[in-house]
Amino acid sequence: MRELSLHIMDIIENSISANATLIELYIEEDTSKNILTIKIKDNGKGIEEEMLKNITDPFVTSRTTRRVGLGLSLFESTCLRCNGSLKVYSMVNVGTEVVATMEHNNIDRPPLGRIEDTVVSVLLNPKIDLLYQHTVNDKKFVLDSREIKRILGSEDISSPEVLLWIKEYIKENLKEISGGAF
Amino acid sequence: MKTIQELEEIRKRTLDKVNQRKDRTTTRIVVGMATCGIAAGARPVLLAIMEEVEKLGLTDVVVAQTGCIGLCKMEPIVEVIKPGEEKVTYVKMDAEKARRIVREHIKDGNVVEEYTMHVIQGKILNDYKVEKE
Repeated sequence: MRELSLHIMDIIENSISANATLIELYIEEDTSKNILTIKIKDNGKGIEEEMLKNITDPFVTSRTTRRVGLGLSLFESTCLRCNGSLKVYSMVNVGTEVVATMEHNNIDRPPLGRIEDTVVSVLLNPKIDLLYQHTVNDKKFVLDSREIKRILGSEDISSPEVLLWIKEYIKENLKEISGGAF
Repeated sequence: MKTIQELEEIRKRTLDKVNQRKDRTTTRIVVGMATCGIAAGARPVLLAIMEEVEKLGLTDVVVAQTGCIGLCKMEPIVEVIKPGEEKVTYVKMDAEKARRIVREHIKDGNVVEEYTMHVIQGKILNDYKVEKE
């Protein structure tokens, strides 16, 4: 994957397949500690303990079309390449949390990329709510689809007009919190 | 700078549109979004479809996502399901091709043959020329 936002999208697709209704995405950029943390938390059906042990093994998957699953293993290899780690916590019927860390300035670290595109494609799923919180040092941006639904007075925010607005909204705010570096 | 209050205006504008959509039979455009699809570039395809639908003002269209369709080497894959018609599967998509599909197939009703999946002697090929020979 060329962008971290694509990894994030891939992991969120797992959450959606696990019947999650609320997904929380936290991105923390701490340049003084030189750490980039990505946390994806869902309220899906969770992963059995036995499976969780080898969850980043490419030959462990719940898919039925074939016996390999590359999502988490690809993400893990990206983290390891950047002197970081990938951890997966899960409880059956409660949810799953994926925490990825990387050195922020590592030369092998892919750019975050078009995170707004990832958010918008997640919100195209009508039954999914997303809380997205992005901090760059002491600056913070939060987007909550539940708040958007409340303001729009509608459960359906998957119309292109709304989504394209959200896309621009995220872009502008990320530029703001990162000091124009996006 | 955009503010969250702008959503109010969108709400007023789109209220009628949403109601309209519910009453009709809708066309579904489905994009494969598993690891294979994403790595092959499904996200720009999805976004391009959405933007084109908005640009052309098409209201009776739903853009949706699915998991692995089971044909990873042909990703990004886009399926178009029009009510009462056979499903059309487009393979090896990119943003430009996707825009063309929205214009020509969704809006004007002409299937873009050259991007569809082709099965020749039991093998899946996507090379249009092979079929012509």
